[in-house]
Parts: sequence; C-alpha cells; structure tokens
Amino acid sequence: MKSAWRWSLPFLVFAALAVFLYTGLFRDPREVPSPLIGKPAPAFALRDLHEPGRTFGTTDMRGQVWLLNVWASWCESCRIEHPLLVDLARQKIVPIVGLDYKDKDDLGKKWLADRGNPYSVSIVDGDGRVGIDWGVYGVPETFVVDKEGIIRYKQIGPVNADVLAKTIVPLVRRLQQS
Amino acid sequence: MIPELGHFALVVALLVALVQASVPMWGAARNDMALMAVARPAAMLTAALVAFAFGCLAYAFVTSDFSVLNVAEHSYSTLPTRYKFAATWGSHEGSLLLWVLMLSGWACAVAIASRNLPEAFAARVLAVMGFIAAGFLMFLLFTSNPFARLLPAALEGSDLNPLLQDPGMVVHPPMLYMGYVGFSVAFAFAIAALIGGRLDASWARWSRPWTTLAWCFLTIGIALGSAWAYYTLGWGGWWFWDPVENASFMPWLVGTALIHSLAVTEKRGTFRSWTVLLAIVAFSLSLLGTFLVRSGVLTSVHAFATDPARGVYVLAFLVVVVGGSLALFAWRAGAVGGGASFAPLSRESMLLANNILLVVAMASVLLGTLYPLILDTFDAGKISVGPPYFQAVFVPAMAPLVFLMGLGPVAAWRKAELPALWIRVRWAFGVALVTALLLPLTLGSYRPLVAFALFLALWVATSTVAMVVQRLRGAPQRGLAAKLRANSAAWYGMLVAHVGIAVFIVGVTMVRSYEVERDVRMDIDQAVRVGDYDFTFRGVVPAPGPNYKALVGTIDVSRNGRLVRTLHPQKRVFDASGQTMTEAAIATRIRGDLYVSLGEPVAENGAWGVRVYIKPFVDWIWVGAFIMALGGFIAIGDRRYRIAVKARVAALAARAAA
Repeated sequence: MKSAWRWSLPFLVFAALAVFLYTGLFRDPREVPSPLIGKPAPAFALRDLHEPGRTFGTTDMRGQVWLLNVWASWCESCRIEHPLLVDLARQKIVPIVGLDYKDKDDLGKKWLADRGNPYSVSIVDGDGRVGIDWGVYGVPETFVVDKEGIIRYKQIGPVNADVLAKTIVPLVRRLQQS
Repeated sequence: MIPELGHFALVVALLVALVQASVPMWGAARNDMALMAVARPAAMLTAALVAFAFGCLAYAFVTSDFSVLNVAEHSYSTLPTRYKFAATWGSHEGSLLLWVLMLSGWACAVAIASRNLPEAFAARVLAVMGFIAAGFLMFLLFTSNPFARLLPAALEGSDLNPLLQDPGMVVHPPMLYMGYVGFSVAFAFAIAALIGGRLDASWARWSRPWTTLAWCFLTIGIALGSAWAYYTLGWGGWWFWDPVENASFMPWLVGTALIHSLAVTEKRGTFRSWTVLLAIVAFSLSLLGTFLVRSGVLTSVHAFATDPARGVYVLAFLVVVVGGSLALFAWRAGAVGGGASFAPLSRESMLLANNILLVVAMASVLLGTLYPLILDTFDAGKISVGPPYFQAVFVPAMAPLVFLMGLGPVAAWRKAELPALWIRVRWAFGVALVTALLLPLTLGSYRPLVAFALFLALWVATSTVAMVVQRLRGAPQRGLAAKLRANSAAWYGMLVAHVGIAVFIVGVTMVRSYEVERDVRMDIDQAVRVGDYDFTFRGVVPAPGPNYKALVGTIDVSRNGRLVRTLHPQKRVFDASGQTMTEAAIATRIRGDLYVSLGEPVAENGAWGVRVYIKPFVDWIWVGAFIMALGGFIAIGDRRYRIAVKARVAALAARAAA
C-alpha cells in the first residue's frame, strides 16, 4: 500500500496543480489592486486650478472623508463618469477633490465650465509627479481617503452608477461614522 | 485558394493523426503486424500534410495576402521578406502551427529512424506522438484557425509587432520549439515502454540520442532568446525570470536531469522508474509552458495573444496527456523494478544528487512562476515574484551541482573510494582554488562571491583537463591519435558540454559583479567617462527604414584619447503602429560589450538621455550555451548510435535492391 502511494505522488501533485491552473484561467492577472490601499495617502501640496496663488494639500482634508478624482481634459472616458460625479457632488455626500492630471490649465478650466464642476477643490498636477506617488496608471482614477488620511479604495477607470451606489457611497458613509 | 488548400490539409492531417494514434496502438495490443505497420506511413503523411499547410500559410505571408485575417493582423506590405516569413509564427495561430509542424517532423524522423526498434514498441511510440499531434491539430482547427479569411480583404496589414521584427524572430522560435517539442520523443518512448512493460537498458539507449538532440536545440533556442532580449529591449538584461522564459527553462532543467539519468539507466540499469518519470515530466513542462503562454493566466511580456477559451482547451488537453501518463506511471512503475544497488559514494550517487538538485531547481522555478497564481486562488492578494527570489533559490541549488560536475565523471560506478578520488582530482582542485583566490585581485575590487563562482568555473575546467590527461595516459594504445580515438564521442561530448557550463558561469559572474550602467543626459559633443572609456555624443539624425523611420545617434568611444569605435544606436518609429523601438548599439569584444542605447530627447537643443553600459564578459554567457549544445551534438555522433544507423542503411539498401 505504501509503495502504491509513492508511485501516485506525481499524479496527485499534478492534480493539485491542474486545479490552480483551472481557477487561474478565470481571473484577470491585470486586475491589480493598488498596493496603497490601507496605507497613508501620499502627501502633496499642489496649486489650485482656479486660484493659482493658493496651494492645497492632503493635510487640508484631515478629519474628513474625501474622494480624489484624477481626470484630464484629454481623457475620453472621463467624459463618461463626469455627469455621475456632478450628480454625487450635488447630493453633498462627500467632498471630491479633482486632480487635473498632465493637462493645460485653460483647457481644464474650460472643460469644467462646459460640463459642470463637481469638485470642492481643483488642483493641478501638470507634470504628473503626484500621479506617480499615487500609483496612477490610467485616467480616470478615483480614490477614497478616510479621516486619518488612509486610502481605503481605488477605482481604476471611470466610476459607474453601480460602483458608486454599491461600493463607494456605502464605504464613505461607513468611514464617516467611524 | 491556397489558404483553403492549407486549411484542408490540416483537416486531413487531423484525420490521419487520429488513425496514427489509434490503429497502431490497437495493433500493438493485439500483436497484429498489419495494423502496426500503419504507424510509419501515417506519421510521414501527417508530417507532409502539416508541412504543406505551413507552406501555404508562409506563402500567404510572403505574398502579403491580406484577405487572410492572420496575415492582415500580423504583416505589412513593406515588411522585409525575412520578417514576412517569420511573421508566419508571429501570431498565436501561426506559432501553434509551428508547434504542430515540429511535432509531426519529430514523429516523421522517428518513423524513418526506428527501423531497428521492435515493431510493437515503434508502433506505440508513433501512436503516442500521433495522439499529441491530433490534440494540437484539433486545437488549431476548432479554436485558432490560421487560415480564417477576412472579407473584404484589408488594404494594408496592421504589421508584425515591432518587438518581433528582428533576426532573432527568424531563428529563436523554430529552435526553441524544436527543443521544446523534441521532448515529446522521449515522452513517447517512456509511455510506450510503460504500456509494453519493457523498461531496460536498450530502451534507455534508444531514448538517449533523441533526448540529447532535443536538449541541444532547446539550449540553442533559449540562448538565442536571451541574446535577443539583451540587444533589443535596450536595457542590457539577458535573463528576466519572466514566466515565459521560465516556461522554456523548466523543461531544460528536467531535460538535463533526464540526459544524466538515462546514462545511468543505460549503463547500470538503475534509476529506471525515475528516468521514466523525468521523461514524462520534461514534456509535461513543455505542455505546461504552452498553456501558460497561450492562456494568459500569467502576465508576461511574451503573452501577446491570450484567450480564456483557448486556455480551457489547452488545460483539458494537458490534463488528459499529463494526468493520463502520470496515472499510467502510478499503475505500472511499481512493476519496473529498481536495478543494481550502489554505494553512497559512487558515480550513481553523484548522478542521483545531480538529478535531485536539478529537479529542486526546477521545482523552485515552477513555484516562483505559479506562486502569484496560487496566492490569487486563495484570494491572498496579487503579487509578482521577481528576480531576487529566483536568484536566492536557484544559485544555492546550482553551486553544489557544478561542484559535482568535477567529481562525478571520475568517480567509479557502483562504489568509489574517497582516497582514490582525491588523488585523481587534487591537482585540478588546487590549481582551481589558487587561481580563483588570486584572479579577483586583478579585477579591481575583491569580492569573495566572485572568487567562489570563479572557483566553480575553474574547477570544472581544470578537472576536465585532468580527466583527459589521465584517460590518455592510461590508454593502452600507442600514439596520441590512437589514444584520442580510443574514447567515445559521448565522453568527449560530455566534457565539452561541461566546459560550456564553466564558460557560462564566468560570463554570469563577471557581468553581474563588474558591469557598469550609467543613464546620462548628454548634450551634443558632451563626453561621459564610464570605466576606462570616454563616450562622446555627436547627436541624432533621422534616417529612413523599410517600414519605419529611424533616428540614428552617433557616439564616439575612445580610450586614452584614441578613438576605439563609433556606435550608432537607433530609435525606430514604425509606420503601421506608430510604436517606438530601441535598437541598442553594441561593440563586442572578448572581454565584454560596450553597450549604448538611446533614451528620450530631453531638450530642444538636441540633448538626449543615453544609456551607457559596460558589460564585461557578457558574451561568454551565450558562447557557453552554444558550447553546451555543441557537446550534445558531439555525443549524438557516438559510435553506439552510428552502428545502429549503419545497420539500418544497409537494411534499406538491401530492401531497395530486392
């Protein structure tokens, strides 16, 4: 009996491997969660889009839950999510900070004037340095940051009504109560 | 019309392969000569049909027939002809067709060269290969038809991925697949032996040349891929532990173990079930590699064509072939028996250690490759395993292996005596040790690890020399030529391959420890000193290319004020895709490479970011690999196998005369 097990060992190892390979087929290896989740939001102090003399930083949001939305006037899919953000801002659930990413100021301002401005503050990351700190690799991206300045959630690509209603808003509410 | 003919040929090839897989197997079970005789013509016909289909696809590529979807997606009218041809295997469908072409080609070679094998055994071998060919032909026809039409035809193709437009693309995939798929022969021999219950020295003797041949091609294929990555990716790395590289490296490790264990099985009759298992595992890893590359379960720079439906098919096939053969192994291996016993210190024990170390190395590479997948399955997060892991586990397994390379070949079979062994190797050991301790003193900074690695390389070289000297001195023949002839080609081949390892180690050690890499911003006529060399940037000018526009930089390299070389690295922007490619400029010398590649323009005045690397002894890595393969080819030329061929040729001649 003992030797039968010995000869079967390679088969059993392979069977286990096959199970992993099978489950792996239905997962997308590119869907990488941000390593920043659960970590303090990288600090920044950036120029205000509308009032160039003013700077705004992560410390200004201490004590409240907020969203950071990375967008740009050149970004096609930002147009898809923009009405949802305007809508969310109107409900006054959570302040949204807009990060205008690698963009020209006048184009960004015009974009907001044309489509509505959902942002409590708009800041400019012209050369994309803060984007690197935050691990931005596709625009738009949306981060949820809690009262202690910890990143709790990251949405890569445009937010949709489903994600807002089922994930982001409940998460914001929960964080606001804690 | 021609693509339809190719498609039709594949359909017929599938039917013939199904016959090849079933009828001879049935004939072998019933001991029916007529049924078994189907195997050889079927194998040859499958190969001819697949070769015809491949020719049709290549024709469509070379003539830029953009009414074929595959051509429209992977070629371009002004693509140079050699790359049009290579684009035949530049797509998922085309590379699978190349896979099947190699497989049926190997089966055809076995059909031709197996006249001296027992009928039932040859029939089973060819049936197993026919089964694998049928599986892959079905995969091609049902999920990845390379001849699918595009109507109306595209006016222009969308071009071959610029990364693949390189001489490397012409030679690397065929060589790699030749090796990869070549392990199917050893696999088929193992399965046939398990089914037939005949696992003896003659089985090992038949398997050996095939296994070694596949191993040689795999070695060359991997080395070519590594050299290609080195000069084309523009950052001077030669191995990245990328999942797809690992997929080709794991069969190589097990194939290396298999070559050694086959030697023991042939000479001493031991390790039989272990050898069979290695033969199964080597090819299983080739199939696993195909699965990993073709299914997209892992992200990799190579996985350019992925699709879950295809993944499910390959996995199902993998389960049938590998699961089936391991189940067969579990059922039959117990009956195989052990063989002669051996002492803890003997050539057998050292070869066993060799096998264990190689398999441990393979297992650690496999674990590192699949670890992200396994963690993900448990929802434990997404991670990727980087080179630090592989280096940390791989090097400790290889160091004792290399040390054993100097001892194993001089140790006696069955039982070796330590004092006798020591007498034979003490000079080699002493010379290697002293040289290795002193040599790093000449290299600038002294590093103990460099001395250790150099010791291993020197030890392999000096012990080889000692072995040759002792063997020649002890030979009873008179005259050097006669003494040299007295040894077998297999023995010389082994020595050459081992020296290849030594050369390889020197390359890896030197480049890792003494390479200099500088990424600098350079204004026109500005110079930067790297090592002993001054690199002066002379600016970048545009230049036309066949299907791209190039920016060509000029960099003068001088040493002590004397101009040594002028290098022209390029940036190429491809017409069809707009993608940018970096072409490094490399000056190769025996002591290493001067490597320059262009980064990005950094200012309006013509300044560029430039990467200037000095890579000492880096070419020894690939030269070492080619020496290993050369050793393999020498071993295949051994008289033991040649006698069989001669007998076969004589038999054929007799048949032709009759």
